[in-house]
Amino acid sequence: METPEIRSCDVLVIGAGGAGMRAAIAATEAGCSTIVVTKSLLGKAHTVMAEGGIAAALGNVDPDDDWKVHFADTMLGGQLLNNWRMVEIYAHEVIDRVRELENWGGLFDRTPSGGIMQRAFGAHSWKRLCHVGDRTGLELIRTCQDRLTATGKADVCMEYTLTKLVRSGDRVVGAIGYKRSDGGFVVIKAKAVVLATGGWGKMYRYTSNSWEGTGDGAAMAYEVGAELLDMEFIQFHPTGMIWPPGARGILVTEAVRGEGGYLYNSEGKRFMFEYDPKKLELSSRDVVARSIYKEVKAGRGTPHGGAYLDIRHRGAEYIKKKLPSMHEQFHALAAVDITKEPMEVAPTIHYTMGGIKVDAETAASTVPGLYAAGEVAGGLHGANRLGGNSLGDILVFGRRAGEAAADWAKSHEEGSVSDAELDAEQKRVLQPLATPEKGEGENPYLLHEALQWAMQDDAGIARTEESLNRSLTAIQEIKERAKNMHVPGGRTMNPGWHTCRDVESMLTVSEAIVRSAIERRESRGSQWRLDYLEKDPEQAKVNYVTYKNGDSMSVKPVPHDPLPKEKEELLHHSRFFEEKKA
Amino acid sequence: MTDAAEATTDIRHTQDGRTGRTVHFSVFRGVPGANASYVTYDVPEVEGMVVLDAIHYIQKNLDMDLACRWNCKAAKCGSCSAEVNGHPVLMCKTRVDDLPEGTITVAPMKTFPLVKDLVTDVSRNYKVNASITPFTPRKDEPTPWNIKQHDIERLYEFRKCIECFLCMDVCHILRNHDLHEEYYGPRYFVRMAGLEMHPMDDADRTEEIRTEGGIGFCNITKCCTDVCPEHIHITDNAIIPMKERVADRHWDPIRRMFTKKKESAKPGTAAE
Repeated sequence: METPEIRSCDVLVIGAGGAGMRAAIAATEAGCSTIVVTKSLLGKAHTVMAEGGIAAALGNVDPDDDWKVHFADTMLGGQLLNNWRMVEIYAHEVIDRVRELENWGGLFDRTPSGGIMQRAFGAHSWKRLCHVGDRTGLELIRTCQDRLTATGKADVCMEYTLTKLVRSGDRVVGAIGYKRSDGGFVVIKAKAVVLATGGWGKMYRYTSNSWEGTGDGAAMAYEVGAELLDMEFIQFHPTGMIWPPGARGILVTEAVRGEGGYLYNSEGKRFMFEYDPKKLELSSRDVVARSIYKEVKAGRGTPHGGAYLDIRHRGAEYIKKKLPSMHEQFHALAAVDITKEPMEVAPTIHYTMGGIKVDAETAASTVPGLYAAGEVAGGLHGANRLGGNSLGDILVFGRRAGEAAADWAKSHEEGSVSDAELDAEQKRVLQPLATPEKGEGENPYLLHEALQWAMQDDAGIARTEESLNRSLTAIQEIKERAKNMHVPGGRTMNPGWHTCRDVESMLTVSEAIVRSAIERRESRGSQWRLDYLEKDPEQAKVNYVTYKNGDSMSVKPVPHDPLPKEKEELLHHSRFFEEKKA
Repeated sequence: MTDAAEATTDIRHTQDGRTGRTVHFSVFRGVPGANASYVTYDVPEVEGMVVLDAIHYIQKNLDMDLACRWNCKAAKCGSCSAEVNGHPVLMCKTRVDDLPEGTITVAPMKTFPLVKDLVTDVSRNYKVNASITPFTPRKDEPTPWNIKQHDIERLYEFRKCIECFLCMDVCHILRNHDLHEEYYGPRYFVRMAGLEMHPMDDADRTEEIRTEGGIGFCNITKCCTDVCPEHIHITDNAIIPMKERVADRHWDPIRRMFTKKKESAKPGTAAE
């Protein structure tokens, strides 16, 4: 066994996007020694990609808005499968979190009277998204980064990969991993661990996710016995770029529609009049994504199989001011000037509603000492997330997870990591660098691509029992082949070797998605089953929970906490109550 | 096959976008202390291909352990900085068909120590960042804050920075003169300009900009502005106004005398 570098802390935060940094700020403020680990450099996390804004019912633009309407919109958007207590906490606290961000130096566009400006977004009753142009995520991450740096108390470990959470007795006591720069092993002992590793879109071919979205956090939590919730719900963002091929999947912000963009088919018709005459282009994401899909299937798609998104009528000056990143993105990548030409768009994998099952108050997982916040956690968004609710999510529950982890750390001692466990993990992680058992060994990049097609084709926007079973078979085959992965080169910054680890995480998470999607025999939210097109009232009462059952993966229906009467009343506050309750 | 499968398969087989042209890449390979070299790879061109697409093709098909940093592949995270044909650029937004015919060379940023292949050690930047006086809000300002749009509009430019470090790479004070200890570099003057011009910030960083920051070293060649993928006018809008402030405060003899007088009349204020 190799002697690893050993580090100790009260709270270990894995992931350094918005949720991870907000958790780390909270843990250090609570007086805990804190280590933050990220696979990338600090400030590069997927949070930077968020464009539209943070949904918070400040009522600066529409005074009728308040947390109750936000609660109702979020619950209805999630088809009432949400953990209602999480939604309640969220709708209340996100208001303070936005103001806090401003007090930390974050900038927002302003109303004429000097308050934070808010814009319309899909399925929100009122103008609610606090934003700065179309780069709100960058503003959030930079503000949190500056705040974290200014406190100077958290130790940020950049470009580390953690491969395993360590359990001692019934609780989590740290993690094992390696430094990407030289491949040296590390053990980080922690009294509490916060997972803030984000979502998983990279097992799909067309995704708006960065390479980091491989589901490491969910996979590690699953391996250590944590339950995963609602894994079948994957959000397709209606508008991703489709051409050129290298840009396929890159996000086109919903803010284009929020600022008044229209969707047309190849016949020049605004087809959203057919599918949702009331909300039109600002219908919820699942509805818009399926509408584009149906138009393409009906032969009314654009040359590359999508729809046209047109914002030209707002005028060049307005577009450049309110949508500067989109203007630049299309100019640079597609040689399209969006002030003069329409954009070609199609649905792209965007967000994972499901994730680690957590307690609403503390973000605690089902394993003691392990917390989860942000996209890696499940429950807040139910069957479909509304735009703008993820940037709020990471601030509200990042903070709560950090505080709860700090509380736990204060009342627990440091655990120990056994040499046997460390030795076994080192052997497992190093195996792809050794001589392969059979032939030349499997190329991890090609296995990744095979998995992407298996998920895209058969566990994508439209699903059937047959397609899902086909996908499951493919996953099992790839899993077998993955046992024989081999990469050349050494341990210094070897992306092939790093990809082996990513493939393993993605296989675990893909299996959870497919198994859960098979069990939910209905169409609800983002889950669209062509063999069960209707909603099933019985399945409205349950979440599907994935858990490790010996050596195999099991999925069980778990009835969710029913909405109390007084909270049910609140649903009427949404302007979309009538249509959504149907 | 499901409807979904048909739709995606169609695009996969009929619209892979191959142009039929093969592009030659010459990519820097090596680690510190070992013999580094440029390795040539042939990559089939795809319509709209960017340099990062070609690197990914090489990793998948030709050389699995070719190291490069990248994250979003949408020019928003600033991870994939490199020198393509000698120019510091983001690989994710450099289209192959915009480059001249012939072999395309890809090298790591020269200003930072090499880790491996296209990856460099940029940790120094994070150290500089940590030493900057952070945002310091005015005390007793009632919340929620009232800020007018026109008071923050000029800050937007500075906040657009994606920390790609291309400006640091091209800055000759760092690249050629190696004054890493004496000079913060363009990225951090952009950050300081954003802080100094924030309407709610109460700190005064003028002395810090002059001494630790070493802003006097900048001789306004505007190389940083030229390479900024976010089109930030680093020299004109961040560095020059701060140079003027430093000059105004520190070097104007009449003003110095005047300020000193004012200070001696008001004991307890910070010395210039």
